[in-house]
Amino acid sequence: MANLTTKIGNLTLKNPVITASGTFGYGEEYLDFLDINQLGGICVKGTTLHRREGNPYPRMAETPSGMLNAVGLQNKGVDYFINTIYPRLKVFETAFIVNVSGSTLEDYIETAEKINSLSSIPAIELNISCPNVKQGGMAFGVDKDMAAEVVKEVRKVYHKTLIVKLSPNVTDIISIAEAVEHEGADAVSLINTLLGMAIDAETQKPLLSTITGGLSGPCVKPIALRMVWQVAHAVKIPVVGMGGISNARDAIEFFLAGATAIEVGTANFIDPAVSLQVIQGIDDYLQRHHCESIIDIIGALKTA
Amino acid sequence: MKKFIGNLVVSENIPLKNNHFLLKLTQAEPLPLMLPGQFVQLKIDDTPSVFLRRTFSINYVDRLKNEIWLLIQVVGDGTRSLSKNKTGDSLNLIYPLGNSFSMPTATQSRLLLIGGGVGVAPLLFLGAILAEKGFSPSFLIGARNVDGLIELEEFQKFGNVYVTTEDGSAGEIGFVTNHSILKNTFDKIYTCGPTPMMQAVTQFAENKSIDSEVSLENKMACGIGACLCCVTQTHQGNQCVCTDGPVFNTKELVWQI
Repeated sequence: MANLTTKIGNLTLKNPVITASGTFGYGEEYLDFLDINQLGGICVKGTTLHRREGNPYPRMAETPSGMLNAVGLQNKGVDYFINTIYPRLKVFETAFIVNVSGSTLEDYIETAEKINSLSSIPAIELNISCPNVKQGGMAFGVDKDMAAEVVKEVRKVYHKTLIVKLSPNVTDIISIAEAVEHEGADAVSLINTLLGMAIDAETQKPLLSTITGGLSGPCVKPIALRMVWQVAHAVKIPVVGMGGISNARDAIEFFLAGATAIEVGTANFIDPAVSLQVIQGIDDYLQRHHCESIIDIIGALKTA
Repeated sequence: MKKFIGNLVVSENIPLKNNHFLLKLTQAEPLPLMLPGQFVQLKIDDTPSVFLRRTFSINYVDRLKNEIWLLIQVVGDGTRSLSKNKTGDSLNLIYPLGNSFSMPTATQSRLLLIGGGVGVAPLLFLGAILAEKGFSPSFLIGARNVDGLIELEEFQKFGNVYVTTEDGSAGEIGFVTNHSILKNTFDKIYTCGPTPMMQAVTQFAENKSIDSEVSLENKMACGIGACLCCVTQTHQGNQCVCTDGPVFNTKELVWQI
């Protein structure tokens, strides 16, 4: 077996495969289908300071090779997570990363500070890129100055690995990545969903209650890959790549483009055990290419 | 209940009228315990326009033949692809998912199962289990016209069957809520069908203070409570139809009013 260990800031992952926030619940939902201890990490559902009911139904529309969602960060709030969910997660041997979101700067700071006190949570993924909330969310991730400010303030209260999840719904993702790197982010993860829309031509109505939603799945992979490649060239901190990864081959492409780790998202809905197949497939690839470590292929794209 | 993912083999694919078909699936090992109201998610390969799994309620479980039945109406590319399956083909399932209809309490004996269109699917399994437990359930089945009445002969095995059609081509004319059987007294009503029908039945049950359950069919992605796409509004907030449901007591739902 090749060495699949990878590092994001101070966080060492046993392998570079993380399940993406919002697609894997808290991991427990998947216990009948796979041993979650084998995963490099699990990004848990977006967590906010206060309980959020999310958006009205319908929240999902299937699209060619993908889906739109408009869940809107439904969750029971950070205190519920700390008191009820976290104690159950501590028994598992995988890196639980909490995806932190908010409507205001203060929300982000207070939520991150609370998570900082949890000894078994080694990292947060700061979600400044959710397209499905009216206030905050993506607003922080599409403006360079706001992105910098939220990272700067969260950095003051959060002392473990800080990953910042970037939005693809921007003109220049590099400038945002550089801004959050400058303010002390340990890593960036990208891409969050692309803002999209679906219409029922017969009823002449939108298919989502919020009209627009976030597009994910294999259809976004080429965009994600391009952005990971661009950002990986621009920043020195690790890049966690995601966007339409459905198998090991997809994952390898992201490593070649410069990702240090990858997240599997929407594919979990179709095959709940797909992440383990991705891990196995990465190992097979590395052995076939006579690589001792995953590090050998990170950013190894041959462009000449 | 433990959930499984695996391949089942098509033992029969029976075309039915009005674009419906009945898929019977089996495997070498005994099928796990499944309850009426639960559903499965089928993976559909080789159909580019279909991305997510397709969700179907369990129509019936034939324990003697080790078969699970899925009653399906062709409505799009996914169901069209499934309709082409032949005996011996393999299909990937995640099952059994969701909660189940609750069994009647000690004081509930007069049971009415109301189904509309392909929504009758889970009521066959429910009726079979109720009959097995010694109840004599009544079935009230509605459709637009006679062609939309599916599996009537199967329902007749487990209880009396009453029918309405909107055009009067079979049974009484009108909606299920217009049927004369509703003048009888019932202790519990189970419903599955189009939302307006379930709302009308809920209203009826509410007016008569009859205990009532519905099976919802919101659009789902994961089917296991992870994505939070399929929620319905309840008095406890948004709940997942896939894991908190698909069966809800209508008192829990906000739309019952």
